[in-house]
Amino acid sequence: MTTTTREPESDVAELERVTIRFAGDSGDGMQLTGTQFTRTAAVFGNDISTLPDFPAEIRAPAGSLPGVSGFQISFSSTDIHTPGDQPDVLVAMNPAALKTNIVDLPPGGALIVNSDAFTQQNLNKAAYATNPLTDGSLKAFTVFEIPISTLNERSLDGLDMTSKQKDLTKNFFALGLMFWLYERSMEPTIHWIDSKFSARPVIAEANKRALKAGYAFGETTEIFHTHYRVRPAKLPPGTYRNITGNEATALGFLAASRLAGRPLFYGSYPITPASDILHQLSGYKVFGVKTFQAEDEIAAIGAAIGASYGGSLGLTASSGPGIALKTEAMGLAVMVELPLVVVDVQRAGPSTGMPTKNEQADLLQLMFGRNSDSPVPIVAPATPGECFDLAIEAWRLALKYMTPVAYLSDAFLATGSEPWRIPAIEDLPKIGVENATDAGTFRPYLRDPDTLARPWAVPGTPGLEHRIGGLEKADVTGNVSYDPDNHHRMQTLRAAKIAGIARDIAPLEVFGPETGDLLILGWGSTYGAIRSAVERLQADGRSVAHAHLRHLNPFPANTESVLRSYRRVLIPEVNLGQLLMLIRARYLIDAVGYDRVRGKPFRIAEIVAEAERVLAEARA
Amino acid sequence: MTQTNGRSTAGSQPVPPQPPLSPENAAVIQLTRKDFVSDQEVRWCPGCGDYSILAQTQKVMPDFGYPKENIVFISGIGCSGRLPYYMNTYGFHTIHGRAPTLATGLKAARPDLMVWVITGDGDALSIGGNHVIHSMRRNVDIKLVMFNNRIYGLTKGQASPTSEFGKRTKSTPLGSVDTPIVPLTIALAAEASFVARSVDTHTEHLQGTLERAGRHHGSAFVEVLQNCNIFNDGAWRDFTDREVREDRMLVLEHGKPMIFGKDRDRGIRLDGLRPEVVTIGQDGITEADLLVHDETAADPFLALMLSRMSYPDFPVPVGVLRAVERPTHDRLIAEQIDTAIAKSGAGDLSRVLAGGETWTVE
Repeated sequence: MTTTTREPESDVAELERVTIRFAGDSGDGMQLTGTQFTRTAAVFGNDISTLPDFPAEIRAPAGSLPGVSGFQISFSSTDIHTPGDQPDVLVAMNPAALKTNIVDLPPGGALIVNSDAFTQQNLNKAAYATNPLTDGSLKAFTVFEIPISTLNERSLDGLDMTSKQKDLTKNFFALGLMFWLYERSMEPTIHWIDSKFSARPVIAEANKRALKAGYAFGETTEIFHTHYRVRPAKLPPGTYRNITGNEATALGFLAASRLAGRPLFYGSYPITPASDILHQLSGYKVFGVKTFQAEDEIAAIGAAIGASYGGSLGLTASSGPGIALKTEAMGLAVMVELPLVVVDVQRAGPSTGMPTKNEQADLLQLMFGRNSDSPVPIVAPATPGECFDLAIEAWRLALKYMTPVAYLSDAFLATGSEPWRIPAIEDLPKIGVENATDAGTFRPYLRDPDTLARPWAVPGTPGLEHRIGGLEKADVTGNVSYDPDNHHRMQTLRAAKIAGIARDIAPLEVFGPETGDLLILGWGSTYGAIRSAVERLQADGRSVAHAHLRHLNPFPANTESVLRSYRRVLIPEVNLGQLLMLIRARYLIDAVGYDRVRGKPFRIAEIVAEAERVLAEARA
Repeated sequence: MTQTNGRSTAGSQPVPPQPPLSPENAAVIQLTRKDFVSDQEVRWCPGCGDYSILAQTQKVMPDFGYPKENIVFISGIGCSGRLPYYMNTYGFHTIHGRAPTLATGLKAARPDLMVWVITGDGDALSIGGNHVIHSMRRNVDIKLVMFNNRIYGLTKGQASPTSEFGKRTKSTPLGSVDTPIVPLTIALAAEASFVARSVDTHTEHLQGTLERAGRHHGSAFVEVLQNCNIFNDGAWRDFTDREVREDRMLVLEHGKPMIFGKDRDRGIRLDGLRPEVVTIGQDGITEADLLVHDETAADPFLALMLSRMSYPDFPVPVGVLRAVERPTHDRLIAEQIDTAIAKSGAGDLSRVLAGGETWTVE
């Protein structure tokens, strides 16, 4: 490739939205590159949505196909809901990254490759029989071959580093190039490098030089004829930050603790993709948060129940396999009617499944995965930012109704990010909590007539000494009871308590016409793809609406009337039809499902196509 | 912190001040055994060893100086699991094997409470083995009392993890093929800071042992040899019966030579790395040749050796094998919080919500 130095030209094209995917070896720093681009775009004021996609192996063999790590970011001057179906630009740092990602690049898409990495050895590792850069197989794309390793190493001349260390900075070269291409400032990243590597000035210098070299390369070579501008998005006024679902979840629980005026206790066992919640909460010592890394999943929930018994907000989180271990203890919490929140950051299963990949297939596990009739409320955030609100909602329900609450996040929400308007804590409604103190009137299972909640009497309260446990309770007194009629009454009361929550939750809202041909009903992280698909369908004149459930047990009171307002109901899920089963069973509505269980979020186009199919079928 | 031969026995971590158990409170509160008896009818089989354990537990409770609302009994599943219902304190009958986990969370959240865990050999060492180990190594300030009857009673007579090799039970008609676990060895290996053993029918000794456990700061593991007269009657009879106990059991006393026998003429001497039973007065052996018990020894070698002594080769040791002080789990957690707040001030939620970089949309 020949490059000619010249004056920077001002050839700028305006774009509404761009989607970039960085892909490389899991040791190449692709997650860092993507995160830095995200921060920069967010601070600039674009709407953003991200999708990290990484292997479970920490360092799979270098150059191998399983070792490829990717990070997709979509940034826009308008409101967006997903990280983009397909990238406009693919940055592939080696042949394996090219091979695993090229299938997603549409014809005409821009492909930037590190040509230095296309050695025979790396081609062999990626199982390429011939070099794709020379065999014509990339004809459909606009290919930019750049010897990133060589150019980067040259920019680091004179620094006291090994070649291997120098090579590790090449992701910053690629980042600098993308900053130039999309008119981004390098300042936020330079600040980040300075603070991150303050103790290692040589590394800091190398990363900064690499970044600037990539930027300068874009500016001074002729290979890119244009660079692009994506203006800030018109988001509602407020102060924003970028946030992932796991971050928002942890912050939501911290806020719930403040709003309820009760200390937070978090019992947890490490598991992907929930561990970040433990990492984050363990940093909140100044808020009095107590975190406990337990010996196993059972101990984690046991300790949380113990803390709730003592008057704290007992919280535990895991993913599907860990939830399986916690189910007996959840049943205990149902029986003793103590407040508890159980977070399931869902991942692809069954069994160990694909730990870093997305799925929303634990709904029925949380709904029914306990012995006997053992109902718990279930809430599910729809976006990373909403994880904050639903964490607070989970505690509101747990405390008001004295019940364990299941909170269903997933890998996509947990690691994906979006701009989040920072709430003012004083604007958030307080969570009222009362503890029993009057020995004269206290009965362990005397229920509040409105909520059916039993009183919360914590140890240390004089005169209220009482015993609870997993054996069936006599109504009102809470003594052990084997009375047949009492058991029937208690089973009914427990079910009625949870069902009654339907009166106390927000109604199901509809986006689009109030009646029409088709309602697309979703829950959890499919929100973005469904909403974008519905916007497209509506723009094409289709009579389609979108409703998204945040409460999955019980359903909002108006759910049936919403569903019956449309000729057809389509339920896309990243599982084989779990909400579909609940809706059909509950309302006898002939809803149809659409499932794509690929470890990845839905694409907008998939849902549009399925909706068109259902609409056509209805017309026929 | 205890000192032995000038050495610190509590490891390298400093021992933070403990909230004092308050004997003066005991005087002010003036509770009696009756205050700890709940209104629930006791429903163990007639003749069960649990009755005695319950009675001794109720007897020692007033001595600790805690108001009864600050005492919590947490149990798992099995016959032992019913004990909290009979104590007029706060009580939580949990699920099989998991009582130590709830106790850990409760004590971490509420350091002001006195927390007892009531469990059995199956509950503690089979299904709950992991939790016992980890609550002990963390030095969770709980008093775990394990009723050991070497059988599953509530499920009507299957082999337990402490049943003898070859034991014939309903689930092992040709004899158990499993080697039994020695509970005290497990507790010591798990770094329990207090390890003791007593016997259901030796009421005075049991009271004294429970009293010691209750006054210990940290994880206390107490094995009570308990008789299930329905499914495993006489499991410990060979050495606990009144006629033989003095000859077949060794009552440990801190700082005293290990002497046993009706005539107080037999003792334990170290022969190389192994203990041996000797007779005082024979072959020139005097009291000075005997091992002296040291429950506060920093290393657990002596306690481990004692935990391995079993009938009929040795007299069975009862009493406190080990009692050392080290920082408790709840205090270490609280200290980290106190230190963080002292250093950085109480948390500012608005600042944390804003995170690092922000931007404003007008």
